[in-house]
Amino acid sequence: MSLHADIELRRGNLHLCAALQVEPGETLCLVGPNGAGKSSMLQVLAGLLPLERGRVELAGRVLDGGPRGVWVPPEARGVGVVFQDPLLWPHLTVVDNVAFGPRCQGRPRRMARTLAREWLARVGLSDECFTQRPAVLSGGQAQRVALARALAAAPSLLLLDEPLAAVDASGRTALRRLLRTRLFEFEGPRVVVAHQLEDALALADRIAVLEGGRVVQCGTAADLVAAPRSPYVADFVGLNCFTGNCRGGVVDLGGVQLAVVTPLEGPVSVTVHPRAVSLFRTRPEGSPRNIWCAVVEGLEPTPDRVRVRLGGDLALVAEVTPAAVAALRLADGGAVWVAMKATELQVVAR
Amino acid sequence: MSPVRRPLPGVLALVVALGVVFFLLPLVALCLRTPVARLGELLGSGELRDALWLSLLCSLGAASASLLLGVPLALWLARSGSRWCVPVRVLVTLPMVLPPVVAGVAMLLAFGRNGMVGAWLLQFGVALPFTTAGVVVAATYVALPFFVVTLEGGLRALDRRHEDAAATLGAGPWRVLCTVTVPMVGPSLRAGLLAAWARALGEFGATITFAGNLAGETRTLPLAVYVALEAEPDAAIVLSLVLVALSAGVLFALRRQWYPGP
Repeated sequence: MSLHADIELRRGNLHLCAALQVEPGETLCLVGPNGAGKSSMLQVLAGLLPLERGRVELAGRVLDGGPRGVWVPPEARGVGVVFQDPLLWPHLTVVDNVAFGPRCQGRPRRMARTLAREWLARVGLSDECFTQRPAVLSGGQAQRVALARALAAAPSLLLLDEPLAAVDASGRTALRRLLRTRLFEFEGPRVVVAHQLEDALALADRIAVLEGGRVVQCGTAADLVAAPRSPYVADFVGLNCFTGNCRGGVVDLGGVQLAVVTPLEGPVSVTVHPRAVSLFRTRPEGSPRNIWCAVVEGLEPTPDRVRVRLGGDLALVAEVTPAAVAALRLADGGAVWVAMKATELQVVAR
Repeated sequence: MSPVRRPLPGVLALVVALGVVFFLLPLVALCLRTPVARLGELLGSGELRDALWLSLLCSLGAASASLLLGVPLALWLARSGSRWCVPVRVLVTLPMVLPPVVAGVAMLLAFGRNGMVGAWLLQFGVALPFTTAGVVVAATYVALPFFVVTLEGGLRALDRRHEDAAATLGAGPWRVLCTVTVPMVGPSLRAGLLAAWARALGEFGATITFAGNLAGETRTLPLAVYVALEAEPDAAIVLSLVLVALSAGVLFALRRQWYPGP
């Protein structure tokens, strides 16, 4: 029942070249910057985009064998897709939208509708919506219907393309919880494109990071946090990441030098947690070996802390308490002293 | 709460009023010249009944033929991406610009008794010129472009991911076409049908050239008006009024389904 995909294709500037393996009952999250090939990947798996080279295999059955091989059309794949936008058909009622899959499988209308009602109840939609047109639904409700529609067709692989993107913040938490439950029950492999760390953490067993069409890192969230392999990954998990050349305990970042504690020599990436970046109003005295003056470029409040974006010689993020923001009189464009202990900097060979 | 409606600039409002008058004046003139005393007699004439019936039959026939031929054509033009699209589109839209008489002459040369296809068709006992079927063919030739152009626009505006969603749920190409594509372009399909029907109803030049002017067989309402104009102007006015009333009535009855909005 597992999914094996080895995908290569060119599309505009994108050269997608990636391999995936997802076991039944496992959720793989695809993350990456815009244009990295995440959606193209899902389209290939769903049969909406042909491969140039490679192979897609689900439960031992070849779905796409490349240009000269087998190609199973989307309607014969049994792959359920929830798109970024709900894409409900406006001319059908909510129930008939969900009953579409069962109808395609040859079930009588009445049975298909009964099945649709069951799925709609399972995604938490109230009865009064059933006979209405999708236009009256909120973004969150519409996406629930889209999920029910995909699941009602009893697919053997489930693909979700940023299912939370079109949902406003108020509905997102509840929908994320629902997705988690429904994904957990789904027995086949699941692939989810996520844009936010919260979504990946809530849904994924493993996270694959796509950048420029390649998988740069694949592992659990803990793996990614422990050793992010690119600035994007570090940024995604909320860490600062720099790449440079290490020689004798000093990493040269092209102009800026960071003192680190490592025996490594050569190209390295350095990560540091935003909480390990200390801020001062005046030049601090004492042990930290990395001290410089930076410019505050932005303040972003998180539930319990404030993320301070710093510019100047080195762009990075510090996390401080709201009280500290007040005490340091931090404001956009203001100057602040930054200090990092060499021992807080984690160095990994590249 | 309704938003504040900002009025049009004064000059534009004036042009709007002018435009309305421009459309209204001919109708008013037609109504003023109506021979009220002879109305009953003229309306009850067998000639009018025949022409009206023939017009309805042929315009509906042309609209149906446009639907059958036009849906595949519009789909192909909107989607195939073939390099033949440009020449085919020119070919299909040509009747919109061509004088209908020219269309009639060309059709006569193709489907006439001595025409390229006409002579061959005659062997099977099928004769188009100077028959009711010929009226339908001529009307279809001039009406089809309106349907194809309108529907192609609708198809191009459709988000194709709606069809992708249907395919991933197990719908084959036919099912996608019938249950998703066609219903979703419903408004353009209906607007196109209406335009094609209206064009067919008013068709004159191609009909009289290709199908002739035989009472009860090819003499539709516009042709009857033309004939009556010389022999009996009063009858021409009444026939015109019937044509106006018929068209206006249909447009008014279908206003909600075909043109949403106030």
